[in-house]
Amino acid sequence: MEVAIVKYNAGNIRSVELALERIGIQAIITEDHDRLRNADRVILPGVGEASTAMTHLKANGLDAVLLDLRQPVLGICLGLQLLCQHTEEGDTAGLGIFDAKVHQFELASHGLKVPHVGWSQIALPNISDKVPNQLLDGITIPAYVYFVHSYFATVGPDTIAICTYGHPFSAALRKGNYYATQFHPEKSADVGNRILQNFIDLQV
Amino acid sequence: MPTTTSLAKRIIPCLDIKDGQTVKGINFENLTYAGSPLELAKRYASRGADELVLLDITATIEGRNTFLDTVGSVAAHLNIPFTVGGGISCVADVDRLLSAGADKISINSAAIKSPSLIDQLAKAFGSQCVVVAIDTRSVEGKHTVHSAGGRKLEPLKTLAWAKECTDRGAGEILLTSMDADGTKAGFDLPITAQVSQSVSVPVIASGGAGRHADFLEVFSDGKADAALAASVFHFNLIPILELKKFLKDKGISVRI
Repeated sequence: MEVAIVKYNAGNIRSVELALERIGIQAIITEDHDRLRNADRVILPGVGEASTAMTHLKANGLDAVLLDLRQPVLGICLGLQLLCQHTEEGDTAGLGIFDAKVHQFELASHGLKVPHVGWSQIALPNISDKVPNQLLDGITIPAYVYFVHSYFATVGPDTIAICTYGHPFSAALRKGNYYATQFHPEKSADVGNRILQNFIDLQV
Repeated sequence: MPTTTSLAKRIIPCLDIKDGQTVKGINFENLTYAGSPLELAKRYASRGADELVLLDITATIEGRNTFLDTVGSVAAHLNIPFTVGGGISCVADVDRLLSAGADKISINSAAIKSPSLIDQLAKAFGSQCVVVAIDTRSVEGKHTVHSAGGRKLEPLKTLAWAKECTDRGAGEILLTSMDADGTKAGFDLPITAQVSQSVSVPVIASGGAGRHADFLEVFSDGKADAALAASVFHFNLIPILELKKFLKDKGISVRI
């Protein structure tokens, strides 16, 4: 199993690498197109500013590579936002995988602080949902996971988990082989470990 | 209390590290040893801590390198967020700590000396990883900022400084009341509430935790988003899980 973490200018890559080591996975960190294409799993992490990150991905031809992957891909935090249609941060066009747009939290009227920092609960998007997506297999919902973000993705057809902070937003998305979490599984204790393990174990 | 979120109040153990060992002082002095940082970190993570803070209180070059090793070994084993601070004075220091596996860094005296460091760090690494620690003490009835581990009085009012830090890009404020620190007589509720209500970012209250009820008060009356303590956790005077059950019973949202 070769797991590749996309190397780009968007922080927290070390945390993701260490989290994978804890579940026995020695990931590679690379921007090499062929290594990304040939990996069994690709992770797009990210903490930082969207337009800067997207500019960097494009300058290195990584946008086209990411769009063309067939293996399971996991976007984390900013990685999730870059896989959406558009983000308000720097008025940036996303890669357009997920049917969702990214807006800035405006929650002063709710008495809520921005950024949304800390442990919040995720839930399934519909009350009628009984079985969660494979990514959330084995997790008792609602579950606490760790968030740090000022922008959020809207809830839509690709949403597989929601979180409410002032209003509902997409905590996790899935379309085809593309998965993403707004929260940080690498920092979400046992729940996060399980999500990373589920991603590795996805049947393809 | 907003009902439109399940965001939990965070309980954060803090490890003061000197020469690779966890120490704890009273009123910033009289250090006693409290054990191996890695062992404590693992124990806290498995027993419900929401986050961990490691502060380097050594001042020597050798101590700095030892601390970097400690950060690396803790990061490898910890699956909760992890903030490090102490002795950070430039972007390169932060880069080293983040590369060793820290998620956030905490700066204090260096930000007072050079406030633009906050802007630089926020720009380089994102606000989410920049915590500004403020040591405050009431001087002639006005809360005033102190630097150098609390030894030096600064010409800065606490509230104004907290606002400036967040304007410059601090993602969280770690507010330590020096009056309360080490007393185990409760957090300093008035200054915590004032800072929390005047900045838009989360405030971590520190200093004075002694009883379960102190945490309840700092979340309700002190409006804190997180509470940090050291000795009550190190010496197991307050087990974290027991504390969280207590808080949950009192209607505080916590992660259990």
